[in-house]
This record gives sequence, C-alpha cells and structure tokens, in this order.
Amino acid sequence: MRRLLGCVLLLIVAATPVLAVEPDEILKDPRLEERARTLSSELRCLVCQNQSIDDSHAPLARDLRVLVRQKLVAGDSDDAIRAFLVERYGEFILLKPRFSIDTLVLWLSPFALLVIGGGMLLRTSRRSTLAKVERLDRTEQAHLNELLKANDQTRS
Amino acid sequence: MIVELGHFALIMAFATALIQTILPMWGAIVRDPGLAGMARYSAFVTFALVLIAYLALTMAYIGSDFSVVNVVMNSHSTKPLMYKISGVWSNHEGSMLLWVMILVLFAALVALRGGGMPERLLASVLSVQGAIAGAFLLFILLTSNPFLRLADVPMEGQGLNPILEDPGLAIHPPMLYLGYVGFSVAFSFAVGALVHGRIDAVWARFVRPWTLLAWIFLTLGIAMGSYWAYYELGWGGWWFWDPVENASLMPWLMGTALLHSTIVMEKRDALKVWTILLSILTFSLSLLGTFLVRSGVITSVHSFASDPARGVFILGILTLFIGGGLSLFAWRAPSLKQGGLFAPVSREGALVVNNLFLATSAVAVLVGTLYPLVLETINGSKISVGAPYFNLTTVPLFVCLLVLIPFGQSLAWKRGDLTGVGQRLLAAFGLALLAMIVTFAVTRGGPVAAPLGLGLGVWLITGSATDIINRCYRRGSSLSVIFERAFGLPRSAWGTALAHAGMGITVIGISATAWGVESLAVVAKHDPLMVGPYTVSLEQAFKRKGEGYREDVAQFSVMEGASARGLIETSKRIHTGREMPTTEAGIVTYGLGQLYASVNEILPDGRVSIRFYWKPLVTLIWGGALIMALGGAISLADRRVRIALSTKTKRASPSNAEAKA
Repeated sequence: MRRLLGCVLLLIVAATPVLAVEPDEILKDPRLEERARTLSSELRCLVCQNQSIDDSHAPLARDLRVLVRQKLVAGDSDDAIRAFLVERYGEFILLKPRFSIDTLVLWLSPFALLVIGGGMLLRTSRRSTLAKVERLDRTEQAHLNELLKANDQTRS
Repeated sequence: MIVELGHFALIMAFATALIQTILPMWGAIVRDPGLAGMARYSAFVTFALVLIAYLALTMAYIGSDFSVVNVVMNSHSTKPLMYKISGVWSNHEGSMLLWVMILVLFAALVALRGGGMPERLLASVLSVQGAIAGAFLLFILLTSNPFLRLADVPMEGQGLNPILEDPGLAIHPPMLYLGYVGFSVAFSFAVGALVHGRIDAVWARFVRPWTLLAWIFLTLGIAMGSYWAYYELGWGGWWFWDPVENASLMPWLMGTALLHSTIVMEKRDALKVWTILLSILTFSLSLLGTFLVRSGVITSVHSFASDPARGVFILGILTLFIGGGLSLFAWRAPSLKQGGLFAPVSREGALVVNNLFLATSAVAVLVGTLYPLVLETINGSKISVGAPYFNLTTVPLFVCLLVLIPFGQSLAWKRGDLTGVGQRLLAAFGLALLAMIVTFAVTRGGPVAAPLGLGLGVWLITGSATDIINRCYRRGSSLSVIFERAFGLPRSAWGTALAHAGMGITVIGISATAWGVESLAVVAKHDPLMVGPYTVSLEQAFKRKGEGYREDVAQFSVMEGASARGLIETSKRIHTGREMPTTEAGIVTYGLGQLYASVNEILPDGRVSIRFYWKPLVTLIWGGALIMALGGAISLADRRVRIALSTKTKRASPSNAEAKA
C-alpha cells in the first residue's frame, strides 16, 4: 500500500514541472537565506524517495521551504522550526535523526566499533611485542650459532 | 524460437551449475581428481549456456520482438540500437540475467587462468561459484523470467525509462556488476580455503588479482554512476547517499580493506583469519546490495519494479551464503594458523589501521542504510537517515585514514622507523601545508573546510610522490641511474602511488565544491546573470524535436569579462512513449571546473526560470577516481607478470627448488 502510494505520488511529482528552490522564494537577508538552505538540506521531502526539500521538485517541498523561510523571518530559532516540523510530520522529516533511545545504536555503533576494534588492535599488538621481546637464552643461542656455522660449511 | 532457445539454455545452465556445485566439491573432499577435474569443464559449459540465454534476450530486444513481455515493457521500436542493447539491463529481469552472466564469466575466467592452482582449491572455488550461480539462476527462472511471452502481441513497446536513456547508464550497470560480482571470487576462495583448512601466501597470491580486478571495475562503476546522477538528475549533486549508491559503496569500502589485507597476507603471511573474514564480508555486502536494490525494501530513485516474492527469495539466498560463509568461518577459522608477527609501527600495522577505518566506514554506511527499516520493524517508529548522518560519520573516519596514508606507504614491513619516515615526509608535509596556507590567503573569508581538504589532497599526492622519489633517488646518483631505478620499480609500487594520488585528487575535487556558486533567477532575453567568474545571458528559448523525444530548450551565451566563452543549453525533455519530463542539464567544462545550467521552466511570456552553478575543480572528483582505477590496473599488470614467472620458474627447475629445501 505504501509502495503504491509512493508510485502515485512519484507520478504526480514527476508530472509537475517545478524545481527546487525557486528564485521567488529566496530571502532578502543573506544570513537568513543561508540558514534556510542549511535547514532545508536536513529536512526530508516527504513525498520523494530520498531527497531533501532543498533538492526536491515536489510542490510539498516548496510549501515546506516557504514555511521554513516564513518562520525564520518571524524570528524562530532553527531548533524551534525543527521541533515544529517534527510535531507536524513526525521524526521522519529529519534527515539527521535526533539522538534518542531509538537512535542510540545508530549514532553510537560506528564510534563503538572504532573503539572496540582499536582496543583489540592494541591488545594484539601488545601481545606480539611481548612475543618479540622474548630472546633466546644462552644455550639456545650457542646451539643456533653452531647450526648456522654447519650450514655455512655445507653450502661452501 | 530464439527466445525459447534462450529460455531452454537458462534451464540447462541451472542444471550444469548444480553439477558444477556438487561433483567438484565432492571430488575435492574425497580427493578424487576425476571429479575435481569436472569443475573447469562445467564452469565453461555453464558460462556458454548463460551467454546463449543472454544473447537470445538481446536479439529479442534488437529485433523488437514485442511478443516478449520484457521487451514490451522496456523497449520501443524507434529506440537507437545502443538503447535497445542497454534496454536488456534497464529492468529487473534483464539486469539479474546480466548479474548471473558476469558471475559465470568470472567462474569461467578462474577456470581458464587457474592452471597453476592446486587442483582441490580450484575445484572448491568453482564449486562455490557454481552454487551462487545456481541459486540466482533458480531465482531468475522462478520469479523473474525475462523470456515470458504474451498472448496478445502489442504493436509497440512502452519504451525505456527516459532517465535511463543515456550513454553513461548504458555502461554503468555492467561496470558496477563486474565489480560487485567480481568479489564473489574472493568469497569462493575464502570458502574453498576454509573447506581445506589451508591458507597461506600462495592463496593470497591467487586471490589478489581477482580482488583487484573487481575493485577496479567497482571504482569505475561508482564514479560513472556518480557522474551520471550529476548530469542526468539535474540538480547538480554528485553523491546523494541514496540506498542504491550506498549499496555499491559498502562493498567498495570493504573491498578496499580486503585489497590491502591481502597484500599483508601475500607479503608477510599475516592477518590470515581477518583476510578470510573480509573476503566473506565483502561479497556479503555485494549480495546485500543486490537484495536492497532488487527487493525494493528501501525505496530509492533507482529501484525499479519490486515484488515481495522476489525479496523473500533473495533474502533466502542471502541467508544461505552469508550465513553459510560466516558459520563455516566460525567453525574452521580457529584451526587456521596465524602467520608472521609484526611490530605495531610497521607497514602491516598501518594496513591494519587502514582496515579498521575502512571497515568502520562500511559499517557506518550499512547501519545508516538499514536502520530505518530495522527500527520500523522493531517498534514501528519511522525515522529518516540521510546525508547529514553519513557525512558526519564517514567524513571524520576518512579524514583520519587519509592523513595516515603517506605514513603507511613509507613505513617498512615488519618493523618501521616512525622518525625516519617523518623526516622523509617532511618536504611532502611542508608542501601540503604551504598549499593550504596559500589557499587560505587567496580565498580569505571563504569556507574554512575547503582549504583544509585541499591541503589533505595535496598531502596524499606529495606523500605518494615522496615514496616513489625515495625509492629512486639517492644523493649523488646520476639522472640516468634515477631513471633506471624508476623504470625498475615494481609496477605495484607505481600502482599504489597512483591510486593514492588519485584519492588525493578526488579529495581536492570534493573540497572545492565548497567554493561552488549557485545563481537562481527568472531571466528575460539578454538579461545578464552572474555565476562566479562568468556572466550568462539568455539568447533564445525554443522547441525542438529529437530522436524519440521533444524538448523545450533554453540557450545561454557565456561571457568571462569581455570575452565570449561559447553557448550553453539546457532543456526540459518529454520522451515519446512515457510522457514523463526530464531535465537535461547543460554542462560546459572550463579548465577543471564546470558551468552547470538546469532549466526550471520556460514561462509563457518567454522568460526562463533557471538555475546556474559554477563548480570549480569539480571534474577532479571523477578524474581522481579514474586515476585510482588506473593505479589498480598498473598493479594488476604487475601481478600477472609475476604469477606467470613464478609458476614458470617453479616448473622449469624442480631440482633447484629441491636443493633449496
């Protein structure tokens, strides 16, 4: 069902000749516009397949871009705008998921893997250093020298 | 008739793949050389049969045989020949057939070149290849048959999906599959080795060229896909962290790690267990990628038709091979002997660190790609994981990895001298720092990350150059001696240096995107619009008809200061057959940068809503990837020569070998 809906929406999207961030949307204040661009690149176009509203052609994305800009002009903070959109559309709208119980594994797993992997490396390398430090004792060294000498003689 | 022949050949191929799976493996286990010897012939026969099936489907496309469902759905009699041929792999059924054909091609190549390999190893490798081929052939025959006929034959086909109608996309999937599927050889070698319980430097020597070959194709395939997305999707990005892109990036990351650990194993007989695990994981990620793309569990721009039965079937194949491979690993790996020891600061140590970073990046991409799916299954929450997550996780990992590359390249095997390496790299580091500072000064007030990234890229290039120079140059040696040494260097040394420098070039290209300029406007005729160093103005907007499409074209002239720099045109195109509009971006290359135009809309009053980008140094992104692949190819040339030589000398002088022993 979701897939069907997606297909229908995609058709609608594809048939509408509008493109991401249109000239009439751009804010006068370049700093606000900059914030608007950063914010919109982290918001998902809900009817598209994997696009931010900043990249999307869809009419809904346009509405959201305009909405974000209106809120920015009204003086809302980035976090307030995000919170507003999450309340309206759910966490799904954030391309950069917030840190929470649900996303604990998501955010921590690469870091944890690096730490665990690094730890294991350190441990093995320490073990191999120990192995390397182990020297031959005197009798073993003497025996080795003898063997080497014998080997040299047979070769020549 | 030809179509039935193809269908029949495909069924026969399934049968011979079964033979290829069972008999040689049995022969390898009971040490029956006759049965083991079946491996090579059955691999050739399976390949020939799949090739017949593939050619039959291609013939149906070329002849526009609209009694075949697959042709009706994806072709049109007016298509140019190239798109009829590429139409075969533009859809699910055909691209699965291509996938299997490349798989059995690799098996046949292993059989062809495996003359010097131990008979039992060859038999078990080809047996595993046969099993993978058999599973996917069954998948095609049961759920995705491209040879199905229609009772009511339509007059005309529905045409190719217009965004797929492009020369880049005609070559992209075969390249990508050559890479993806090429890693199956490493997987089969790993399973073969686990079955025997014998893994040594010889094993690594046999498997490395195949890994390298797969890596080269995957690198090219990804670069090509990225460039295609850049000019075809029409919004100027070159990487979208789309699930399908991630599906190809994961095996690349893991495969790059594998490539490096195989070197350690070949040269120093160390990291055996890890290399075997990486071989299994790399191909597992290829299979997972196939599953993600083909089952449509994760929706994305690239996924075509999807069907639950197919998804479940591929999931079964996935479980069988990944689960089977990993279980075999868990069972047999403890019995493998660990090889050579090395100090933490050594070439081996550096390569282990490389593996850690690459494997972690691959896992980050994997977790990010699958997380929404898994979370929704567990507790129903719907979240999105997009570009910001992937950038935050992979970029720092990659920066650490890249900073370390020149050190690793210059360290000695076994035990390295970090101070010595530091001294040797001082000049390289100085140059990189200088490049960074100069860029900072020139672009004062611009983005901070760009000069830093540029410095990193330069560091990779100068670091690679240092390695080559140190190998050729000694104080006081004459120019001719230096040249002689440079020519005498093993090709793999040149290959490594080139591949790493290529990475540096890509890094510079990526960093420079921060200097990109974007201009959006609605312009009337001859309105000037500034785009970075260029001024563009609308010359004309008109309608045009092409082969299989009609389009609205906007044509702009480009000026740099007072001098004219040519024309650039971009269009909205409607393809006959599927009334779906696509944006054709206009791209003109100036030096290493590109001017990129993308039309939004041509308004009824003749004005044009347009988006222009100036992207300095952007071509370096793909140029660097090409150089990386070239580096791989040069290393590969080296390998082939050495393998041939070593087997020859072994055979020519057995007495010599005995005397040494």
